[in-house]
Amino acid sequence: MKDKHSRTLSEVPEGETVTVVSIDSGRGLRSRLTSMGILPKTELKVLRNHRRGPFVIAVKMSRMVLGRGVADKIMVL
Amino acid sequence: MADIPKKITVALAGNPNSGKTCIFNMLTGTRQHVGNYPGVTVEKKEGLCRYRGYEMTVVDLPGTYGLTAFSTEELIARRFIIEEKPDVVVDIVDSSNVERNLYLATQLIEMEVPLVLAFNMSDVAEQNGLVFDIGQLSQLLEAAVIPTVGNRGKGRTGLLDAVIETAERAGFERTHTIAYGEEIEHELASIEKLIGEKESGLAEKYGARWLALKLLEQDGDILTKLQNRDVIDAVRKSIEHLRDIFGDEPETVIADRRYGFISGACQETIKTTVELRHNTSDLVDAVVTNRILGLPIFLLLMYLVFQLTFSIGTYPMGWLEIFFGWLGNTIAGFWPAGSEHWLKSLLVDGIIGGVGGVIVFLPNILLLFLAIAILEDSGYMARAAFIMDRLMHKIGLHGKSFIPMLIGFGCSLPAIMGTRILENRQNRLTTIMVIPLMSCGARLTIYALLIPAFFPERLRGPMLWLIYLIGILLAVVSAKVLRLTIFKGETTPFVMELPPYRMPTFKSILIHMWQRGWMYLRKAGTVILGISIILWAAMSWPRPHDTSLAGLTAEQAQQQKLAYSIVGRLGRAIEPAIRPLGFDWKIGTALIGATAAKEVFVSQLGIVYAVGGPDESAGRHTLREQLQANYTPLTGFCIMLFCLISAPCVATAAMTRQETNSWGWALFQFFGLTTLAYVITFIVYQLGSLLLY
Repeated sequence: MKDKHSRTLSEVPEGETVTVVSIDSGRGLRSRLTSMGILPKTELKVLRNHRRGPFVIAVKMSRMVLGRGVADKIMVL
Repeated sequence: MADIPKKITVALAGNPNSGKTCIFNMLTGTRQHVGNYPGVTVEKKEGLCRYRGYEMTVVDLPGTYGLTAFSTEELIARRFIIEEKPDVVVDIVDSSNVERNLYLATQLIEMEVPLVLAFNMSDVAEQNGLVFDIGQLSQLLEAAVIPTVGNRGKGRTGLLDAVIETAERAGFERTHTIAYGEEIEHELASIEKLIGEKESGLAEKYGARWLALKLLEQDGDILTKLQNRDVIDAVRKSIEHLRDIFGDEPETVIADRRYGFISGACQETIKTTVELRHNTSDLVDAVVTNRILGLPIFLLLMYLVFQLTFSIGTYPMGWLEIFFGWLGNTIAGFWPAGSEHWLKSLLVDGIIGGVGGVIVFLPNILLLFLAIAILEDSGYMARAAFIMDRLMHKIGLHGKSFIPMLIGFGCSLPAIMGTRILENRQNRLTTIMVIPLMSCGARLTIYALLIPAFFPERLRGPMLWLIYLIGILLAVVSAKVLRLTIFKGETTPFVMELPPYRMPTFKSILIHMWQRGWMYLRKAGTVILGISIILWAAMSWPRPHDTSLAGLTAEQAQQQKLAYSIVGRLGRAIEPAIRPLGFDWKIGTALIGATAAKEVFVSQLGIVYAVGGPDESAGRHTLREQLQANYTPLTGFCIMLFCLISAPCVATAAMTRQETNSWGWALFQFFGLTTLAYVITFIVYQLGSLLLY
């Protein structure tokens, strides 16, 4: 796992599966994402990325909408 | 002994979309009470359940993913558990998504509450090919695990038996807790010890281990409760130490260990028999949230909702109108014809007229709530928020704000109630403030009177469209301005779960619809009744002397009386102020009456022009002619503009006060919008006069 390969979740195109490396946000958002099952080492699949506007991802059995601002703060590999 | 029921309190916790409400309905049936938690506008639902000689008070805690101090809902749930000490906490777990759902359970285990786990929607889990070893899961989690299907009422007795058994096992202690690893356990132990010595009061209330854990997680709510310097310093040192070891925040490591505990428990006990790649929900979403199709599908559904609400609603609305007309006539019949008795006027014009005017909208509102309940329970509402988010984001709101704003086209009252779906207070307040700018059904009656009076046939459609559009644009601009000024502050990051699509059950949508409808009715029965009476009095007193009415027709007498009353006098008093808007005292009087309910504007104008009630088509016809003769189309347009923007009706103000818990915001909305209306109408009238005449 080299850091230079990681990118933000918002750069990931539709249909790709990635693994969370870190969440570079305030504690509030990180705690919220953690309790919803998004934390480092979580695998997630991008279902919708319309380049602008919010995101839809699949985490385990759930589907989640993330604002673009949130997706910008999630580093993935 | 068995005669006196034993009273216990049961709290329901669980993730949003775990079917918690279904379980609540299943346990309590219709014996429910909806209120608010003190000081906040988070709904508190309580219900009663009698079973095996027990009387259980079931409290539905807000749906949460965790129990941190970061959101109001989570804090409320946590405080309820700590302060009220329910005898049993039932955690509702979506059994098709156990790992994520158990994260909340780990935090309940940490609080050492007597816990029962309801593995809800076990039918869906079965379809998805999941097989549970319930016995072993129950041993590992040290809590009864009961499979349930809330929407079909399955598992009720099993769940209630487990609740009673758990309640009776009071004083039970866990044999194993979640292990956070050597380093964290070491810090936990030392803080625990220190708290026991220096903050014994807190330790007794919250439990030393839980306190120590929350302190390592830097929980804002708990940190502020600490008084002792030694403890504060020790906590800071521990956190720094753990940060050094892990290269990460202790709270992240702790969360990781919780998930570790969960996967440890699930590994042996949950088997997947089929590998699911695409489920039906994903297939539907491929169409519904499609980049191109998403918006048209959404607009079509919204069109259907309105069509349903207003087309079907017209019939019962007509019946209610007939009923209130009949009721008014019957009561008036107790007095001799032409009687001027004040009690008759109070009953017929004040109470039946005022409250009836609100209740007449009940069928529309129930239908609207029904449609919303279906959209919510089926899971579509979350998709709608996703689709609208991009547009709403530009004005500093979330996609979810769009739904209550849309309801505002029907009536502001349910719309303001509907803002409860917004978690963020800044977002919620902004949305509540701009909702009255969405032209409601009552204002349509004003447009319907004025547009044909002033504009030729071909301009009528576009004119109506223009008025609605102005409202929407103003709402957008105001929302943006409010978000940049008084409701400034970070937008809470948009994170929302898309629940799988589900067939809503008849019972649950009916309960949903009824609860909201009941709130609306209660409002009509209390606040609106009171205000109707006050306005009625202000329009009826003081009365001119009988001699001054001699020789006048009934209509002229009515006109004289209104002009003589407080409202009539106020209308005259504000005339200098509204002159620059192109309004005279007659319009002023009607505008004051319109604060009771917007549609009153029309009947008031009918009275000041002494053309009889607005209901008779002949009267309405002559009222239009009167208006045409007295005002220019520019004034007509300005009246509509002012009615669109200005002070929402008193019912709206009362609802805003209830939902924001402050008269301040209600008054701010009332006067803010009136000021906005004044400024805009002033500019339009002055510029218009300059350019046109």
